[in-house]
Amino acid sequence: MNLLIKNGRVIDPSQKIDNMLDVLVENGLVKEIGKGLSAPAGVEVIDATGKYVVPGLIDMHVHLRDPGLEYKEDIISGTKAAVAGGFTSVCCMPNTKPVIDNKTVANYIINKAKAEGFCNVFPVGSITYGLSGDRMSEMGELKESGCVAVSDDGKPVNNSELMMRTLQYAAGIGIMVISHAEELELVGEGTMNEGYTSTELGLKGIPRVAEDVATARETLLAEYTGAPIHIAHVSTRGSVRIIREAKARGVKVTCETAPHYFALTDDAVRGYNTNAKMNPPLREADDVAAIKEGLKDGTIDTIATDHAPHHLDEKDVEFNVAMNGIIGLETSLSLSLGLVDDGVLTLNQLIEKMSGNPSKILNLQRGTLSVGSVADITLIDPEVEWIVEADKLASKSKNSPWLGQRMKGGASGTVVGGKLVYTR
Amino acid sequence: MADFKHKHIIALRDLSKEDIELLISTAENMREINSRDIKKVPTLRGKTIINLFYEASTRTRTSFEIAGKRLSADTVNITTASSSTTKGETLADTALNLLAMKPDIIVMRHSVSGSHYFLANKINCSIINAGDGAHEHPSQGLLDMLTMKDRFGRLDGLKVAIVGDITHSRVARSNIQGLTKLGSSVFLAGPPTMMPPGVEKLGDVTVCASMNEALQDADVVMMLRIQQERQGKTLMPNTREYSRYFGLNPNNIKLAKPNAIVMHPGPINRGVEMSSSMVDGDRSWILKQVENGVAVRMSMLYHVCGGELE
Repeated sequence: MNLLIKNGRVIDPSQKIDNMLDVLVENGLVKEIGKGLSAPAGVEVIDATGKYVVPGLIDMHVHLRDPGLEYKEDIISGTKAAVAGGFTSVCCMPNTKPVIDNKTVANYIINKAKAEGFCNVFPVGSITYGLSGDRMSEMGELKESGCVAVSDDGKPVNNSELMMRTLQYAAGIGIMVISHAEELELVGEGTMNEGYTSTELGLKGIPRVAEDVATARETLLAEYTGAPIHIAHVSTRGSVRIIREAKARGVKVTCETAPHYFALTDDAVRGYNTNAKMNPPLREADDVAAIKEGLKDGTIDTIATDHAPHHLDEKDVEFNVAMNGIIGLETSLSLSLGLVDDGVLTLNQLIEKMSGNPSKILNLQRGTLSVGSVADITLIDPEVEWIVEADKLASKSKNSPWLGQRMKGGASGTVVGGKLVYTR
Repeated sequence: MADFKHKHIIALRDLSKEDIELLISTAENMREINSRDIKKVPTLRGKTIINLFYEASTRTRTSFEIAGKRLSADTVNITTASSSTTKGETLADTALNLLAMKPDIIVMRHSVSGSHYFLANKINCSIINAGDGAHEHPSQGLLDMLTMKDRFGRLDGLKVAIVGDITHSRVARSNIQGLTKLGSSVFLAGPPTMMPPGVEKLGDVTVCASMNEALQDADVVMMLRIQQERQGKTLMPNTREYSRYFGLNPNNIKLAKPNAIVMHPGPINRGVEMSSSMVDGDRSWILKQVENGVAVRMSMLYHVCGGELE
């Protein structure tokens, strides 16, 4: 099926394009971009009047829970949620059952996604076997079988020597290491950010420095080894500062934040709301301001959701017992467009952070509408207003702190490999 | 007299000054029952109260049980050693099963802060918090305030020193919430490792640099129990050193006002947070606190049942 997307505002930071243009897609690739293109016979025409037409959005940090935890999410429901949120590619974390620490699991995910999924799925293998934290998994084989990075996401690699060797070894292979930066001793039994709100609610706090200490270690290890590192889900002012300073010194560090870290504070925990419980925890207004500064000045390279589906039975419990994490694929774009409305980012910067940058960090060969590239395209309706409703979410799990809330902006169409897989 | 409009009593933070004054003044009236020869009135006859305790308790559970019985309610005690995090029935399922037996009030103690709010969304009987995690212990806060009022005839303008592990103390939080609403000033002292961030924003609260600073001219000195299991961990070196800097003794009590009283929510570690001479001395109002506990809990049970006298 060939497509002609007409009359949209085409924004492609990779080519410095921001203009009213048409995009012709043929055989799954971008064939031509220009003004007033006419549709060859048999081409489906999509009218994109009033819409942004951008390189397909990429979420480099999601949990698809497949294999093993399909009661929370699976590759089909997770990718359906992704395309509904405008994402054409997602990178799924290895804390599945079994763990993505071997080619069999990686192949299973890639094959299932190709056969039944709605978007591209790039698995992230584990740094250590079974996420044990004590010995490296076979990263070479993981890369060859299609993993685009390694991470023990969900927990840090506590052993500093192992982390240093991992950075050296992975750099040799040419696979990115994604760090879940957290000092577990400082986290202790904490369940939310340590601050005034935790004091009032009587919940054990997680100090921000638990993240900062670990972020500092990672940047120092990257600096010492000369190897690249990517820091996942940055949530604190301290981490932003450490990464900014490291980048200024020439350390090969990149990082992501998640929409909840710029859209919410730990006030959302009030009422012991388990849909506001995640790790790292929601922080305070000062951290939110720092995250926005980091996005604005380029310290933070990308916005990833850390989409973490959990069953109602795992969230509808006492606060301490509830699992960490929230879903994010279907709300990320709306919340991120809010950054443009608030003047934090230009539209071009936002698209770069949600498409070009994650592609570059993980070498996905996407994030562009240049002629000949894979036709992963997101159509964005900046004006559409909608309400986050549990029964309308494509994700199997409904653990969102925005349930019942009004959103502005969202994907109106999602094209993956030249196929229109979602329309609002 | 004002009406009490709350179905549950989970936290003094949720109650107004008037609500708290009403609970205290009713408790004052209830005391008369406790001094009778036949200590029983028919007020809550036919009401069923379940005391559901997920944490060990002697004083609070017994006090709630006696309070219910003196008002002629039928009281049932369930003490379960297993916390909700261990495998087994969930808290919600346990509560729903109990609810099927039609209790009027569930009095619960639970180790997880906020679990009473979770339960209040699930079930339709009244819930009284007998202590949740490090959040609140409203009956303790109320009985402490009643005790102070007994001594001084007022709460407005009192200087109350609270000394100990504030971070992990639900007693401290309920007292701070209640006392500052009623016009007292709270002065906190404890090792910085046990002082929660932003606590001074909870009301008229001052965090003191030393115990002496908190004791200076205090009307009330409230000592908190130090958890022995924290000894040798990261919060303090040991109880010996704790006692040296944060223990109440005949010397430092002299900093408080001459008519100041000494309180403790119990159970006491004698010789750690308080010397025995302080526990048993003239200034100690600790047993008065326990006595007032029954009256305060009668008042709480009475008001969540609608405050109708038979």
